[in-house]
Amino acid sequence: MIVADRKPINEILDMVKRCNKILIVGCKGCVTVCNVGGSKEVGILASILKIARKKEGRPLEVDEKTIERQCDPEYVEQLKDLVGQYDAVISMACGVGPQFLSEAYPEQRFFPAVNTTFFGGALQHGIWAERCAGCGTCVIHYYDGLCPVARCSKSLLNGPCGGSANGKCEISKEVDCIWDMIVRKKMEQGRLDDLVEIKPAKDWRTARDGGPRKSIREELVQ
Amino acid sequence: MNDLKPGSNLEKILRAGHFAFTGECGPPKGANVDHLKEKISHLKGVVDAVNITDNQTAVVRMSSWAASAILVEEGVEPNFQMVCRDRNRLAIQSDVLGVYAMGIRNMLCLSGDHQSFGNHPQAKNVYDIDSMQLIALVRKMCDEGKFLNDEEIDVPPRLFIGAASNPFADPFEYRVYRLAAKIAAGADFIQTQCIYNMDKFREFMKKAVDMGLHEKCYILAGVTPMKSVGMAQYMAKSVPGMDVPESLITRLRGAGKGKVAEEGIKFAIEQIEEFKEMEGISGIHLMAIEWEHRVPEIAKRAGVLPRPTV
Amino acid sequence: MRLTYPSSIKVIQVPCTGRVDIVHLLKAIEDGADGVYVAGCLEGECHFISGNLKAKKRVQYVKKVLEEVGMAPGRVEMFNLSAGEGNRFAEIANEMFNRIKELGPSPLRIKGAA
Repeated sequence: MIVADRKPINEILDMVKRCNKILIVGCKGCVTVCNVGGSKEVGILASILKIARKKEGRPLEVDEKTIERQCDPEYVEQLKDLVGQYDAVISMACGVGPQFLSEAYPEQRFFPAVNTTFFGGALQHGIWAERCAGCGTCVIHYYDGLCPVARCSKSLLNGPCGGSANGKCEISKEVDCIWDMIVRKKMEQGRLDDLVEIKPAKDWRTARDGGPRKSIREELVQ
Repeated sequence: MNDLKPGSNLEKILRAGHFAFTGECGPPKGANVDHLKEKISHLKGVVDAVNITDNQTAVVRMSSWAASAILVEEGVEPNFQMVCRDRNRLAIQSDVLGVYAMGIRNMLCLSGDHQSFGNHPQAKNVYDIDSMQLIALVRKMCDEGKFLNDEEIDVPPRLFIGAASNPFADPFEYRVYRLAAKIAAGADFIQTQCIYNMDKFREFMKKAVDMGLHEKCYILAGVTPMKSVGMAQYMAKSVPGMDVPESLITRLRGAGKGKVAEEGIKFAIEQIEEFKEMEGISGIHLMAIEWEHRVPEIAKRAGVLPRPTV
Repeated sequence: MRLTYPSSIKVIQVPCTGRVDIVHLLKAIEDGADGVYVAGCLEGECHFISGNLKAKKRVQYVKKVLEEVGMAPGRVEMFNLSAGEGNRFAEIANEMFNRIKELGPSPLRIKGAA
């Protein structure tokens, strides 16, 4: 899923400092799964903002709405009778949400309440880790299901570097060295020969380096 | 090892079968050419080539190509280091042509420390290619006279290509295979990370010799004299991929106040004497960073002076 | 036991403090409560295994977020006691009451307070 973290409260308060009535829109997609932008979190944010503004003596009216997803026009459309009634709208969806909302409702101001970070999964409830860099040319099968593009700090395709120590990356003991994992797995499976051939320089055109991307499925386009 | 010879001093010395002795120098944290020249003056005639680091530990310094060019002017042979952290394949190929044009003939291809170590951790991470691909790229430019995209180079470079090897990083069992891979990618010579754990290094070299790697490539053993107990402890704890045995720290401590640096040099010289006899080792790479003025003394005591001329 | 605790404390009964969610605590503050505390079973003795541990984490979260907006984190608290400890219940009530008295009324109740 796409993982995000809620922005600091004071940053959000600053965004809506000139507003008296706002709407917070949550999303039942990724941000619900990583507990940052679903209906529960919308309720929490609404309450905190109201507390902060009440304390200031400038009460803030906050409405809450959570839709299925903010990345599909069909769902975004459901807000059409609602968005106009507010001074501003906060979206708790990933970076895609506020953009889709802004495009659909150009007269309204949309603010992102979360910082979208990475594609990842849950290691356990409450802890999510990055797994995919969206490079556009998936090669994890060369590395037995471990992706060095996303999980090596240097995105080495022919690792490990000289900074790998005790299975950890040189940048931090909190970060596993994915190349240590790849090499050990290859050694265990008796496939060390897979690493003999040097993987050539990556074609980054399919990644974001090549420019903003689109995916078109001709058989589905009407 | 190929037949097309760049003709650098380091290369000639190694090919002639001499025991090589290289040094290292970090460029200044500014355009302080005088300071650079002063440091180099200690190394002139004492080493076969001087490694010039490239934004070492991700701290911004004068570019290694510029410092290397200054060395050429001063009559000292540089070993130009390039890391993959800061430049993409366009800048890399461009710089390879540039350094060759400026008279530089040795190049060390490295991954580079992650920018989070340095003084600009906010920087964008480049790593367009990795050190293995860099070695292969420079080899291609020199031997085939072609860019990465196979276009012809208008006067190709000729460089003596080096790579680094860290026998002490993990996974230990894999390190010799990584060395083999770098040699297969096209490295002419290897400089290892500084060695303190002699037992582990002997084990590593035995494997390397068994695999015949020393016949395909010149391996230079890295030596850094310990200046203080604090330095030894710091390197043991805080430098990833560094292996400093407790016995060495004890030995340094035992030397007594004011005598630790001398003990550190003694240890380094013992190492050099062993490396002279060790199978597979073709030379020493002495990294006495910010201690360049002690190098002539260390070289003399290690019995590597005078340097041969070929 | 006929022990007394301050009458300004409103008790809301829940089957397990695990039922208390972050937004409940926030709403209490939002609606003007000077303080809110959660009294759960002793750690390791939760009737529903770990409800009280969940509540503890939620109380910690609310403290943090209140502090972010300049509200005294002490206005929210977690306490643990066993169902039979009537004395402790009164003790806790008095402790919290005194703490809130010291902190003063919630800034949300004072009109125009900064």
